Amino acid sequence: MRGQRTRPSTLVGAWVGNGLVTNLGDFESIATTTVGSGGQATITFSSIPATYKHLQLRMISRGTGTAEFTIRVRLNGDTGSNYTNHFLEGDGTSAISGSNISGTYMNLYVQPKSSALANVFGGFVVDVLDYANTNKYKTVRHLGGYDANGSGYIDLDSGLWMNSSAITSIELTTGATSFAEYSSFALYGIKG
Amino acid sequence: MPATYEPISTQTIGTAIASVTFSSVPATYTDLILVFNGTSASTQGMELRFNGDTATNYSATRLRGDGASAASDRSSSLDVMEVGNVYTSQTVNVFQIMNYANTTTFKTVLCRSNNDSAQVSARVGLWRKTPEAITTIFLRPAGGANFSVGSVFTLYGIKAA
Repeated sequence: MRGQRTRPSTLVGAWVGNGLVTNLGDFESIATTTVGSGGQATITFSSIPATYKHLQLRMISRGTGTAEFTIRVRLNGDTGSNYTNHFLEGDGTSAISGSNISGTYMNLYVQPKSSALANVFGGFVVDVLDYANTNKYKTVRHLGGYDANGSGYIDLDSGLWMNSSAITSIELTTGATSFAEYSSFALYGIKG
Repeated sequence: MPATYEPISTQTIGTAIASVTFSSVPATYTDLILVFNGTSASTQGMELRFNGDTATNYSATRLRGDGASAASDRSSSLDVMEVGNVYTSQTVNVFQIMNYANTTTFKTVLCRSNNDSAQVSARVGLWRKTPEAITTIFLRPAGGANFSVGSVFTLYGIKAA
């Protein structure tokens, strides 16, 4: 016997990423970029309005280089040593934890390299919390990784930008390589 | 402004059942989020299939903590994606089915799974059938167990601009 199927109300709480949205209408699309042929070295979301409480980035990506790279995040164009992050990672064999302290970018782990199984793209859900608040440093949390049938990683990351400015731009790069064609990046705003 | 985040369908289990299927999933969203809140008759992994594909096109990597230690493992070339858990006590799985409607990439699924009496885990799963849009999602507990009465599955769509 099948379960009962109903269409739920939109006025209910719902899980998005790791957080709870109390009203589905409070989740809005801001901008999207999909990489074309030839790849793209940098993805930038600029002029982010301060009208939301939190931001969420939802991405699939793959690198064009020969090594696995993190996705590197810079906020408001800040190239100073103002970023810190910690990660908890599973590589299919063991659990690993580490950190990057006072870096010039924030790391999101980890996307497949060019030699990974074709058509495999990593998935990433990144929450940027209280991004417009000018009274605190900014905290980011992330769930992401990829599986390539016998290899891959799953990661939980936290990141800190040691700056209390409102975030108005997010720049994503991937080290010495580019994002591969079909990589896609979507930015959403969550109202408070 | 058009809705960005919408409920597609909810299934509440009225009689214990071995599997649940969401069919005719519209291709009009960018990502899907599938939330499970429920239990089963025995502690099992939760298995997914897409579009009725029973070939060995599924794999997954897991990170888990059981209150004493953290560990990681993986499954490869299976006929189901082992990407969640279900326990005899309340379990929550949140599946993020990324870019499910494109016809250019294999499909990646992220899952956070929580059970207060056993473990917390994060997983990433891969469906590597020749790229096609996901239109059907099949879920079951491993080992032939049933989903218990009162378990709830809700499928949401998120639409990018």
